[in-house]
Parts: sequence; C-alpha cells; structure tokens
Amino acid sequence: MTTTTGPLATRRLILQGAASVALIGLGNLPFAPAHAAANDKYPEEAFKQKSEADAIKALYGKTAEPSDKIKLDAPEIAENGGVVPISVTTTLDKVTSISFFVAENPSALAASYKIPDGTVPSVANRLKMAKTTNVTAIVEADGKLYSATKEVKVTVGGCGG
Amino acid sequence: MASSIRVRATANGDITEVQVLIQHPMDTGFVKDAKGELIPAHFIQELKFEHNGNDVFVADWGTAVSKDPYVKFSFKGAKKGDDLKVSWTDNKGGSDTTTAKIS
Repeated sequence: MTTTTGPLATRRLILQGAASVALIGLGNLPFAPAHAAANDKYPEEAFKQKSEADAIKALYGKTAEPSDKIKLDAPEIAENGGVVPISVTTTLDKVTSISFFVAENPSALAASYKIPDGTVPSVANRLKMAKTTNVTAIVEADGKLYSATKEVKVTVGGCGG
Repeated sequence: MASSIRVRATANGDITEVQVLIQHPMDTGFVKDAKGELIPAHFIQELKFEHNGNDVFVADWGTAVSKDPYVKFSFKGAKKGDDLKVSWTDNKGGSDTTTAKIS
C-alpha cells in the first residue's frame, strides 16, 4: 500500500492547485470596466488622473464638445488660489451631471455633481487652484458631453499652504 | 458636538434653493505642517442631499474643493416644512448627517 500514497498525494496537490487557479480566474471577473457617471460609486480612478483629458476619459469614457449653452462663472483674477468661487448654469436639456476640472492642478478633476430629474442644472462651489489655469465645466446632457472653459489668473496658489 | 453641516434651504414657489457650508479641513496631502511633515490627505468624498427618500443632489469631491466647502444648487418638488437630509463621508471614514427644514 505504501507505493500508492505517493502518487495519490501528488494528484491531490495538482487538483488543489487547479482549483485555486480557477478561483483566482473567477475573482477577476467582477472588475469589468465601469464608468463612474453611470453608477453611484465614488470615481476614485478619475480623481487620480493628472491631465484633464485623462480625467474626463476616466469619468465619462468620451470627449466633450464646446457649447455656448453653458455659462461658466469664474473670477478673471483670483488673489487666493485656495478659495476660488466657480459656478456653472446651463440651458441644456436632460442634464444628468456637471463636473469641474482645473487643468493645472496635481489632479485635474475637482468635483463631480449628479443632477437627478427635477434638480436645476446649476451649481456653485469653491475650488482650489495651484496656479493660473484653465477651468473647464463639463455638462452631461442627454448622454452627450458639453464643455465651457475659462482662464483664471491666480496670484497666490492654493496648494502650497 | 455641534454639527459640521450648516444648511439653508428656501422654497420659492416650486423651486427650493439649497446652500450648504461644511466644516472640514479638506487637506490635499501636498501641504506640510509646522514641523515640515506632510499632512496626509483628508477630504470629503461624497456629499448627498435627500428629499422624501430620493437623492436630489450628489457630489463627488476630490482634494481640489476648498477648505470648509460651500455648495449651492436648486431643485424642484419640495415645499416649505419638508425635511432635507444632508450627509457626507470622507476618505478616512468620517461622516456626518443633519436634517434641515425647508423654509
């Protein structure tokens, strides 16, 4: 009998190995790419992107076209980059989200707002800016992306303390 | 402890205007303290407004939102006396909730 235990044990080990490989394979499945704008999860990846284009891509998965139906209100000159009032309103229909991007910041995406049915597509907030930069508002309306951009001159940056 | 959230919600006809001011450091993780050590990032990630159990406004924030954040928006379908629930969570697991009466 001692002759059979050796091969049996090896076989069991191989089977166990195969099973764990299969489990790891299954474990990877739930991480299919999903875009943050489409679900309720915090868009961690989009906030990590450095450039504005990458951040827009990570958040929405598409590109925006400029629109004159978006009104972006920002000061021409901000004395304190730590607190810059920025607001946006739009006359576009079926708005589902509004996001703010500060191009020259360490990560471009600053804030993203979901606009459910019945909420007015207009947001005001205050953002930090590292230096003189373009600020872009992206409005998602009827599944398409529209943008408006304005330059803000910053005299004292908001990221150095 | 007093709530970190201050809300003003005013109904004007069908539209309710909401203004909120939250006390939060919103540390970016780039700033050094007096000893020259980096202050780790500490910021609000999600801010949510609910009326009658429905989300009326949801904000996802990064570190570029100013310290003691302020935000203003408007929504339809509420009337004076209704409750508006406001809640936030930050990247360190902190959170706060308050309920305001719409005036």
